[in-house]
Amino acid sequence: MLFDNYQPENFFDEMFTADGTTRPHYRSVAAALKDVDATEFRNKQAAVEASFMRGGVTFTVYSDSQGTERIFPFDCVPRVIAAEEWEIVEKGLIQRITALNLFLHDIYHDQKIIKDRVIPPQYVLSAKHFRREFMHIEVPKDIYVHICGSDLIRDKDGRYLVLEDNLRCPSGASYMLENRAALKRTFPELFKASGVHSVSNYPAELLKVMQYCAPNNFKSNDAPNCVLLTPGVYNSAYFEHAFLARQMGIPIVEGRDLVVRDFKVYMRTTAGLVRVDVIYRRIDDDFLDPSVFRPDSLLGVPGLVNAYRAGNVSLANSIGTGVADDKVVYYFVPHMIKYYLGEDPILPNVDTYLASEPQDCAHILANLDKLVVKSANEAGGYGMLMGPWASKAEIEEFRKLIEENPRNFIAQNPISLSRHPTLAGEQFEGRHIDLRPYILYGEKIVVTPGGLTRVALKKGSLVVNSSQGGGSKDTWVLRNKIPE
Amino acid sequence: MSKTPPTQEEVARHKQTNVMLSRVAGSLYWMSRYLERAENLARLVDVNLQILLDFGQVSDETMKEHWIPILRSTGDESTFFQLYEVADSESVMEFVTFRPENPNSLLSCISSARENARQVRDQISSEMWEVLNDAYHFIKNSNAETVWDGGSSTFYDQIKYYSHLFQGITVSTFSRNEGFEFIQFGKYLERADKTTRLMDMKYHILLPKVTDVGGAVDAAQWQAVLRSASAVEPYRRFYVADILFSKVIEFLIFEDTFPRSLMFCLEQMDDFAHLIADTPAGEYRSDGERRFGKFLNNLHFTNAKDIIQRGVHEFLTEVQIEISAFGEHLYTTFMYHPPVDMQAEILFHQQQEQQQQ
Repeated sequence: MLFDNYQPENFFDEMFTADGTTRPHYRSVAAALKDVDATEFRNKQAAVEASFMRGGVTFTVYSDSQGTERIFPFDCVPRVIAAEEWEIVEKGLIQRITALNLFLHDIYHDQKIIKDRVIPPQYVLSAKHFRREFMHIEVPKDIYVHICGSDLIRDKDGRYLVLEDNLRCPSGASYMLENRAALKRTFPELFKASGVHSVSNYPAELLKVMQYCAPNNFKSNDAPNCVLLTPGVYNSAYFEHAFLARQMGIPIVEGRDLVVRDFKVYMRTTAGLVRVDVIYRRIDDDFLDPSVFRPDSLLGVPGLVNAYRAGNVSLANSIGTGVADDKVVYYFVPHMIKYYLGEDPILPNVDTYLASEPQDCAHILANLDKLVVKSANEAGGYGMLMGPWASKAEIEEFRKLIEENPRNFIAQNPISLSRHPTLAGEQFEGRHIDLRPYILYGEKIVVTPGGLTRVALKKGSLVVNSSQGGGSKDTWVLRNKIPE
Repeated sequence: MSKTPPTQEEVARHKQTNVMLSRVAGSLYWMSRYLERAENLARLVDVNLQILLDFGQVSDETMKEHWIPILRSTGDESTFFQLYEVADSESVMEFVTFRPENPNSLLSCISSARENARQVRDQISSEMWEVLNDAYHFIKNSNAETVWDGGSSTFYDQIKYYSHLFQGITVSTFSRNEGFEFIQFGKYLERADKTTRLMDMKYHILLPKVTDVGGAVDAAQWQAVLRSASAVEPYRRFYVADILFSKVIEFLIFEDTFPRSLMFCLEQMDDFAHLIADTPAGEYRSDGERRFGKFLNNLHFTNAKDIIQRGVHEFLTEVQIEISAFGEHLYTTFMYHPPVDMQAEILFHQQQEQQQQ
């Protein structure tokens, strides 16, 4: 059947060991898929895709004047994470966000970590997203990163590594929820006997975080007024904004719906102006307030930053968190964990070289054809050089870019990402995957069990981004440990 | 009258369920209007394609005389002739149904309804959204040839069906809050307007000879008007009589038990406008409300005979003006905030910040 010719090859396969044995935590999925043939499986997949189309779980292809809408391709074989593995991942993520949050507080206050020479000052002060204007501003409950999505990968030994942190406006949580709902509808038999952790609490937890982080001077018996601020319907993630707002039952607002008076934020309603207390903003810092940041931003709200500084409104995430997901600063996260928590990192970084360190730089330039080079502030798989697969011209182009501005580049050894059975034609074949878990920081830190597994659908490809041929899978965390 | 601006305490802290952004109210209103417009267009085209079947072979000239009034009634005649040379069944059908250049084509209306729904995706039920989304993909995946070959009635019935499904789902899944009032107000406003245009279309259709008035062709055309409004059977039940011009006018304007009649729609508009403005029933507080109330009241003291004497077309034109003025009044009062002057706002907040330092 579908697994007949399956080969883990020379990779770490999530489902099978090197000798082809099913890993214990995949046994129930394997059993449920045993008798499914390609036609049936494809029909299920088509049913999921039709339901996504119907529900408008789509993104718009900008380059197309017809406004063609595409769905984010979905593969029905779930990615399963064993209970004991998840325990470690969860602890590691909590440790990491705790340290990152302490780092942000420190950087915007006393900068002890710089004074103690753990991180050279130039790296922080030159970071593109460092916001000097926010020095010594207090944020409610001292929480900077309310919502975090860190990308995890597994290497050839199955070790979980952190590839990058997303501390600004991480997206994709809606796909995590929609994928689960879709798979439950089309493949209910898969879930039986597996004991899968639910992910459906995410919106409720997110709302709790927002309410917990109401401004310090907010005093009322009513719950604070929370809103989600979106760039608008033409943003490619608008579906997610509307989805989350609906799930939380809060208004979704655009910049033009808000107005600031006397350092307070109001929304313009049919009943006049109504006060806003907490904003889950899905607009980057640069576009948030044209009176402080980019004056040409039409998406933002003039005066919002003043209101925020005055402590009359809370923002999730806070302003200036991008300094901590700069890829050069990423290099120092294990040092931060040691410095602030006195602990060893539970989830290691991928080995990284900094082009701005002369020794590393020499190594990078001598090995451009073997390394992966990344710009410090790009996301979505852009601004990257995949050395082993790149042309001579591309390599020379990056050599020039690195020599011109070494601060803007890091390099990593290519990681042979773990693979997962995925439908390819009539059979399952191994495809590379990663994992984006979602971490919420409020009264306590909550990691939603699972997250978004992205899969590179093209054979051999290591790029999982949706803009470049990636798809996604439902991600399961098992409730119970499965005996060997 | 001079009052200081409201302080923080004076600005009510509404519970979130009571809060509706003006922009959201506007999107719900337009979503509803566009869908109702699409439904009425589908009715119009369908019925006219069918009338032509009754005529057998028709000359090019008759064909033109038949279709041009329809283009005129939707107000898109000039756009049409920018795109086509000849007005015949196929070109008009394509223009009214599929052309994106025509802002009032079925495709444009359904897209606009869906775009507005997308703006308020968080406010409407998933089922409402899915119907609009289905309707959109349905029309996106069709084209003039397939509709022509596959039987146009099936196609237009499906559009009507989507609209009816949407209305039913709205009634059964949407909370009876302010948003509901905007949806209903928009629907009845659009329907009232389209009912006047349906009747007006007949005014534009020239009969072959003066003596044809009251003849078979005339009756067939009035029957088509009734059919466009799903009103043939209710009419027959009501009058148990032949289709007569004066009775059709009376029925479509005054029969307030029939949900597509002008009177029914105007009454509903009045009711929902009272709810939206929080004005007690029977009272009229703003200029806009008073003007519409007066118009509606006058209509109650009018009958079909008066209207025919005065001229049906003149009457319908006046109604269209009143409907549009009342819609405008509600829109500017509740749904529209003039955009902020960004440059002035930026300057204002920068100065305020400096004063703080």
